Amino acid sequence: MELNFNMTKDKGLTPEKDKLYDTLVIGGGPAGLNAALYAKRKGLDVAIISERMGGQVMDTSTVENYLGTKSLSGEGLVNTFIEHVESLKIPVLKEVKVENIERRDNIFHLSLSNRETYFTKTLILATGSKPRKLNVPGEKEFSGKGVAYCAICDGPFFEGLEVVIAGGGNTAVESAIDLAKIASKVKLVHRSQLRADNILVDQLSSYKNIEVHLETQIKEILGEAMVTGIKVLDRASGEEKLISANGIFVEIGYLPNSDPFKDLVDLNERGEIIVDDYGRTNVEGVFAAGDITTIPYKQIILSAGDGAKVALAVNDFLNTHEAIRNITLDKQNVIAK
Amino acid sequence: MALLNEEVRGQLKEFFGLMKDDVTIALFTKEEPCETCKETREFMGEIESITEKIHLEEFDLDKDHEKAKEYNVVMTPSIVLLDGEKNHRGVKFNGIPAGHEVNSFIKGIMEISGAADQLPESYQEELKTITKPVNIKVFVTLGCPHCAGAVEKAHKLALGSDLIDAEMIEAQTFSEVANKFQVSSVPKVVINDEFEFVGNQTLDTFLEEIRKTQ
Repeated sequence: MELNFNMTKDKGLTPEKDKLYDTLVIGGGPAGLNAALYAKRKGLDVAIISERMGGQVMDTSTVENYLGTKSLSGEGLVNTFIEHVESLKIPVLKEVKVENIERRDNIFHLSLSNRETYFTKTLILATGSKPRKLNVPGEKEFSGKGVAYCAICDGPFFEGLEVVIAGGGNTAVESAIDLAKIASKVKLVHRSQLRADNILVDQLSSYKNIEVHLETQIKEILGEAMVTGIKVLDRASGEEKLISANGIFVEIGYLPNSDPFKDLVDLNERGEIIVDDYGRTNVEGVFAAGDITTIPYKQIILSAGDGAKVALAVNDFLNTHEAIRNITLDKQNVIAK
Repeated sequence: MALLNEEVRGQLKEFFGLMKDDVTIALFTKEEPCETCKETREFMGEIESITEKIHLEEFDLDKDHEKAKEYNVVMTPSIVLLDGEKNHRGVKFNGIPAGHEVNSFIKGIMEISGAADQLPESYQEELKTITKPVNIKVFVTLGCPHCAGAVEKAHKLALGSDLIDAEMIEAQTFSEVANKFQVSSVPKVVINDEFEFVGNQTLDTFLEEIRKTQ
């Protein structure tokens, strides 16, 4: 029996409602966790607001490219991060989304999905990214009916069945390898050439039940009550063909979770928050870190590093903006809301 | 061999130290065939042994059918958590709460014991407007990292209203039920066997679907 504990000792370490924080970190992935750690160590009043502690890393079966960690489950790695953050007594609010952010008299008012409001002088946006969709006919219709986005969650439903993995990056190849141990056949379908690390691609060939279809574009997901297959375009021959499958796992990269912030800060055409070298957005006092930003390459170690950098930038900002640093929460203003 | 090692026992002891009211684990098993009954029984026995505030009561689905009926238990293993006065508050786990579901299980014990945060007031008010019974099924797999979050929310709603009961269903153990509801992605939430959504969504999404049943 396996037990995957990831609990905090609920000893009242949740953020306080009637308090004005120096900085609130939105997001509980590597960027947010490390930002909170660095902010706390600088002596800032900081708390984390997270929809999903650990973020995307939680869905990763194995991490083998985080310096100092040869091989660990995504969850195992995240748990070491969370334990570290908790040891510093940083309050965390879990399982809540930020729905609205308003700035009044240099104080940010955050309305959350639990219908509470929190106050802060500065913000670190670090909500990361979510799986990108194929955007082909049938995807929405069969979502949860054979179309899946999390191999370690939904893999068990395809025991002895055939599955398609859409994508050619590290995540797709890792999922193909994971699913090859459960499914009867795995068909890795990618529109161009594989861009996963060689070390992973080499492993692919050792599984006899993995088929690789490159230069193959998915046009449609087919099914009746459940998925029965996909329609693809073979880009070399220009011909359309059918690939049968009981399920399809979409692993074609990520989209930034920037929707709640689109009216607050400038985004680029991909929806990433535009930041400068210090993680500053176009709005004074609002910073962003990790996958949600325009910084290139989305990696766990890069996000964690970015979180550290941005927390230091926030500290500098507060040190050089006395008016903001010394602001206090005006009760009447809060109640009037 | 013990299922919980010393380190985990120590952690749990610390958690359970925060419990307020006693909690009773009503465990329903049956004689063969029940693949995970034995392991679940051992697991619950070890949980009980950690603190005096947790009591384990065992029932047999067939022999104790009156009790099973009272708690609306139809599968085994099934765990119903009862509060300090041994009332059924609508918190149930069908299948062993291992893997990631150990988190929703421990959280459930803490909630029933009165040691967790209450639902924000606006939700409590909203739950008062419910007039018809609501059943929330949350299908999970034990390897799913974000399923426990959905189970916890469903149980929190159940504790907020006498008319709501919420049950985790481990989709691999109860594959027939999972197939009936066409579960191929988890967490999948089904309300009154009719309204459904996939994913660990917000409390508002739960309430939106619940309102459809009223």
